[in-house]
Amino acid sequence: MSVLEKAAPAPEATRAPGRGPRTAAWLVTAGLVVALLVLVPVAAGIGAYPVPVGDVLASVQHRIGLGGTELDRVAESVLWNVRFPRIVLALLIGASLGCAGALMQGVFGNPLAEPGVIGISSGAAVGAVASIALGLDFLGTWTVSVAAFVAGLATVFLVYVMSRSGGRTEVVTLILTGIAVNAFAGAVIGLFLFFADAAAIQQITFWQLGSLSQATWPKVLAVLPCAAVGLVVAPLHARRLDLLALGERPARHLGVDVERLRITLVFVIALLTAAAVSVSGIISFVGLVVPHLLRMAVGPGHRFLVPASALLGAVVLLAADLAARTVASPAELPLGVLTALVGSPFFFWLLRRTRRRHGGWA
Amino acid sequence: MRLLRSRPTPPPPTSPGDTLAEAEALHVRLGARHVLHGVDVSVRAGEVLALVGPNGAGKSTLLGALAADIAPADGAVRIHGCPAPDWSAPELALRRAVLPQSSALSFPFPVEEVVRMGRAPWAALGLEDDDTAVAEAMRRTEVEAFAARPFSALSGGERARVALARVLAQRAPLLLLDEPTAALDLRHQELVLRLCRERAAAGDAVVVVLHDLNLAAAYAHRVAVLRGGRVAADGPPEEVFSEDLLSEVYDQPVEVLPHPRTDGILVTPRRNL
Repeated sequence: MSVLEKAAPAPEATRAPGRGPRTAAWLVTAGLVVALLVLVPVAAGIGAYPVPVGDVLASVQHRIGLGGTELDRVAESVLWNVRFPRIVLALLIGASLGCAGALMQGVFGNPLAEPGVIGISSGAAVGAVASIALGLDFLGTWTVSVAAFVAGLATVFLVYVMSRSGGRTEVVTLILTGIAVNAFAGAVIGLFLFFADAAAIQQITFWQLGSLSQATWPKVLAVLPCAAVGLVVAPLHARRLDLLALGERPARHLGVDVERLRITLVFVIALLTAAAVSVSGIISFVGLVVPHLLRMAVGPGHRFLVPASALLGAVVLLAADLAARTVASPAELPLGVLTALVGSPFFFWLLRRTRRRHGGWA
Repeated sequence: MRLLRSRPTPPPPTSPGDTLAEAEALHVRLGARHVLHGVDVSVRAGEVLALVGPNGAGKSTLLGALAADIAPADGAVRIHGCPAPDWSAPELALRRAVLPQSSALSFPFPVEEVVRMGRAPWAALGLEDDDTAVAEAMRRTEVEAFAARPFSALSGGERARVALARVLAQRAPLLLLDEPTAALDLRHQELVLRLCRERAAAGDAVVVVLHDLNLAAAYAHRVAVLRGGRVAADGPPEEVFSEDLLSEVYDQPVEVLPHPRTDGILVTPRRNL
């Protein structure tokens, strides 16, 4: 950040006295947990076949053996074969996207980094599309996830190597790299579509819209390993990410093995992005908006930011999916379209604000 | 995973005169350019060593090599008696602290948290009192007044002092400071160099890159004058700072005068106005 920035004091400067960041962190965490506890049963109840929230809770209690009652056959089937896999998938994907966004911003030292913006999602999508178009299934249900992970990993490495100098990434370089990567990935996806047969084309098109409507337990299982490993490993590196904000050399002076941290986190980002992309196409802007809102509310410390981004990401994506399937019912809006509609104006605002702070970029 | 990594060992206590860092016949190449040609420098506990010289003489490069940031093309750098590459990053962090020429921060951390980052090397050991170290570093650099403000909202001079507070909070026995006074006003320049003397008196070794020769003359125990990647002179400032040497090194006529009140010296460019 340049000295020019001092003209625009950050909003944190005006935080009311007596409400420290630590209190704010607890309040936000508690709020997110409550939101999640309320939203899950509500989302399970709403839909073409409504189930009262009380019945949802009773059915859950019954299944985990804490009393409750079993519902009729249709309600049970709707809840456990349609709604719950979808909810769990939304939570997993949302958490992965939120967490990946927070990590990327930390690793790139740039608040505009996000898997969708930089093209990591498109890169992972190339892998996913390739495996669908070529009809690969050598790893069973995990084939698409693994293909997305491998392609995503290659893309993160590429972008990382190309867009950084001296430990940080200039905004312009980052965005331009994103444009180039997105364009290239789009072309490769187009090429696969061109050679794919009709059935594969239909499958790819549907997948690209980023919908969760085909959620099933096997799909949840396909995402789970990637998402779980990523979400467990990410918070372990939070403190070192704080130090990385000082720049690469100062972080090394404080005992951080920067090379190792970098490689680990690039892997984690690729895992999380692949988890999200392999089932539901490209859902953009969640990873951008979520860490930003939390940073404004609580501050930039990664020990809070990384887990909280996962939590808020889960809440946001669950709410967005609920909206996507209820707003225009009985039709269903594609989830990716919905998040982009809300997310891109926010991105634009962020871009403007960053530009003002840096005193413009030529 | 962290449990499997061996704990870094804290440095043993030092006594005045111990060599905490040394460069021996050090050659450094940056890209195709030869920046240092056979530099010999030793940094001793209890001593402030000032590195001075014209722009591009290799001061920052030498500091970077002593910090184990830059690998030598030839020759050796030893830190606390061991070759620099033999130390792991966490072990080095307990032995030397580095103040970079400019300090940046990617996210708007509050000042106190930035200073607290200096305590990170000690987190693995869990035996030091972090709060005391942070509070003391902030008091000495006079940054307490804006402890809660975000780093990005500070002026250049304030940022420089916060960065110094972070380095002091690290409590490493070897301090490497690259132009700590560049952005500071007169009062804070004096404050910073007094701090260097205090650290040296407490048994630390301090290396400081300076452009102001009067500051170097007043506060350094020893100065190394660099010119074109070589050490042109090394010794106490009153011996090293001669009119002939400085005029030649800086390619600018220089006058060295006795201070009218103390027995120190004053260095000033020869001006005919």
